[in-house]
Amino acid sequence: MDPSFLVIQALNGLASASSLFITACGLTLVFGVTRIVNFAHGSLYMVGAYTAATLVPKLLDLSYGPVAFWAGLLIAAIAVGLIGILLEVLLLRRIYRAPELLQLLATFGVVLVFQDLVVQIFGPQDILGPRAPGLRQPIEILGRRFPSYELVLIAAGPVVLGSMWLLLRKTRFGILIRAATQDRDMVAALGVNQALLFTATLFLGAFLAGLGGALQIPRVAANTGMDLSIIAECFVVTVVGGMGSIPGAFLAALIIGELQAFGILIFPKSTLVIVFLLMAFVLAVKPNGLFGRPEAVGASHAVGIASRAPSRWSAVIAIVVFALFAALPLIADPYLLKVATEILILGLFAFSLQLLIGVGGLVSFGHAAFFGLGAYGAALAVKWFGASMEAAIPLGVLLAAAGGALIGAFVVRLSGIYLAMMTLAAAQILYAVAFQWVDVTGGDNGIVGVWPPAWAGAREVYYLVTLTITAGVLVLLARAVHAPFGYSLRAARDSESRAEAIGLRIRYHRWTAFIVAGASAGLAGGLYAFSRGSVDPSLLGIPTSVDALTMLLLGGIQTLAGPLLGAAVLHALRDWIMPLTHFWRLLLGLSIITMVLVFPRGLVGTLARRREERA
Amino acid sequence: MTLLKVERLTKSFGGVVAASDVSLTVRRGEMVALIGPNGAGKSTVFNMIGGQLQPDSGHVLLDDAPITQATASERFRKGIGRTFQVAQAFLSMTVLENVQMALLSRYGETRGLWSPVRPCHREEALGLLTQVGMEGVADRPSAELAYGDVKRMELAIALAGDPKLILMDEPTAGMAPAERSALMELTDSLARSRHMGVLFTEHDMDVVFGHADRVLVLLRGQIIATGTPDEIRRDPRVREAYLGDTHGLAPLTARPA
Repeated sequence: MDPSFLVIQALNGLASASSLFITACGLTLVFGVTRIVNFAHGSLYMVGAYTAATLVPKLLDLSYGPVAFWAGLLIAAIAVGLIGILLEVLLLRRIYRAPELLQLLATFGVVLVFQDLVVQIFGPQDILGPRAPGLRQPIEILGRRFPSYELVLIAAGPVVLGSMWLLLRKTRFGILIRAATQDRDMVAALGVNQALLFTATLFLGAFLAGLGGALQIPRVAANTGMDLSIIAECFVVTVVGGMGSIPGAFLAALIIGELQAFGILIFPKSTLVIVFLLMAFVLAVKPNGLFGRPEAVGASHAVGIASRAPSRWSAVIAIVVFALFAALPLIADPYLLKVATEILILGLFAFSLQLLIGVGGLVSFGHAAFFGLGAYGAALAVKWFGASMEAAIPLGVLLAAAGGALIGAFVVRLSGIYLAMMTLAAAQILYAVAFQWVDVTGGDNGIVGVWPPAWAGAREVYYLVTLTITAGVLVLLARAVHAPFGYSLRAARDSESRAEAIGLRIRYHRWTAFIVAGASAGLAGGLYAFSRGSVDPSLLGIPTSVDALTMLLLGGIQTLAGPLLGAAVLHALRDWIMPLTHFWRLLLGLSIITMVLVFPRGLVGTLARRREERA
Repeated sequence: MTLLKVERLTKSFGGVVAASDVSLTVRRGEMVALIGPNGAGKSTVFNMIGGQLQPDSGHVLLDDAPITQATASERFRKGIGRTFQVAQAFLSMTVLENVQMALLSRYGETRGLWSPVRPCHREEALGLLTQVGMEGVADRPSAELAYGDVKRMELAIALAGDPKLILMDEPTAGMAPAERSALMELTDSLARSRHMGVLFTEHDMDVVFGHADRVLVLLRGQIIATGTPDEIRRDPRVREAYLGDTHGLAPLTARPA
């Protein structure tokens, strides 16, 4: 192979590593001090890119030259830093002590809000920024042309690393940040103004995100998808490097940048697969990342399902609800039946997540992976083997169970926030595979022609089939929760050391939980594919995972019925409100934030609580 | 006969040697106390015997079989039960379910997907709760128990594994004085009737001298003295280790602050 090509690839890798590091550095810094994984960090990056791409051309019109260009980038980054302050004051400082699940969800609410605001403010088109004055000409390296702007980027990473080092080692603010990263309670006890420290940290973190985004404008057009793609990469960088470690983030970004640059030669379709393998390898050897310390007990776990005196009423209610659903085709029009079918499927999907979160305390943030695997598995069975629905859905379930076994096998080594980020990264990688591997998955268009056989083709029949299957599986799962399977998971959730001391093999139990939850979510995915006749990558996307989490949160993670009610409420609301407004995501985002702040126990949970308090 | 044999256990954290060449034995039916000032390494030694920590060097043998490499959950199967300094229980479950869970684990029945837990080994679990005097609160949520009761429940959980050896890390910490002696009386009688060895750490000298058959004194990671309670009380090195806090070593006085 041509050596000059290798050099150019290596330089390309360094340039993307630099950009990635600058952004991820802000995320890891904020996590270190506040112990919050800020999902909205990618949104800040996106806002930085949009602001710079809009602002810099205006400045260049006023006075063309490098000063205007770089000043524009800086102003954009500072503006994003100010948004960070706003974010801290309005939201984050209210949830520092909340369970990590709620922290992640609340900051994801912010992601949704930004998605609509960005379109509103900057318009729906992608915006490519101007090229940097003075750096327009490519330079020649070993006979190949290389963009000179990339060289500046390559330098920017180490410059930021150096400045962070100086800031953290040589200034009072830096010393406080390092102290808070080690032990924030001790810092508070020493009389440091914590509110100010946290706000300043958020400014710095958001500034870095904005800078990372702004630096991209000559190479990547600012677009509405960049928030979620960068956040997944940042998660990988911070997890591999070790949460809270800035040198770790630098090293991880470097490795990942180069792996992607050269990985494209091996897996041209999806370089993310290589990143996934790297991550799996690093975490298998060092569960806390390259430079991470064992996780100090951070935010508390969300309280999940607890034992309850058995009540004859719950069975009666379940039968009545089932009868009502079964009678629905008598009165409903086809559209209502379609909505009801989807509610049943999403209810099963949310319930399978409840098994991990409410029962096992395993905050999975990538549950869409299993839903999508089930759907794609079924659709591929139809496409490749011409399988009928009766065979395709079980194949999808098998694929999802296998995915659960694989993802579960290495995330059960992790705990808390690491587990949440790794499951999310795994789902993002599957999303990328579905999106990029066009020959197999059909890419963005997905796979069409996934229809049920003639006997189940009518809406009413498909609805009744779905009702029978979901109700049957829900009964099985509910039994499993009350059986030793569910109790062992709860035992490991309540107290790991006690569970080990009575001889439970925690990792084994959690692994089986991932398989069972994966298979159930895969069943929901398969049913969904046949109800719509097609699959596409959005089934694997972060918004699908968050839908499931929102349903759980709406219904409450303390009850078995919660996720089912949550699915019904969310889907019905979406169906009713979405056609009426352009701001569905904004509304959903604000509702999630409100729910986290006002009803952290969910609808059913809050009602149950109120009943208990009255009793 | 010797039940537990610990040979030259050593563990350091960074530069700090938390345990150095610690050797000790526990016989069946014997209550052995491990005492020492704060930071002496008691919990480290304990966690190496319980399987929560791996030693840097040294061996742990149970009934002459080496268990040094075994995980905590394997040690449970080999007959080690334990209670924790800060009580550890399954707080989302009832008192009875906590014990049932341990029984399910002992009988290898933790994987079932179909039959509910509620009726599993109910009688046996109730029997264990009766032994610690808690049959009356069997169906209460364990999160509602007073701390002393949680500690007694932990004892019932430990007994559910039918252990040969029980490890109790500061069993009476956080309890009222009256509760303390009641818990230790209970442990004492259980150890004798079930012919179990008990190794416990303790700060309360009344508890130590009232219930231990033998006392080991740990100081800066090393065992400096071993003997009967009377021998230990008179040992000048022990008096020195407690920095003149001698009234704590005197018989029948209140616990030193």
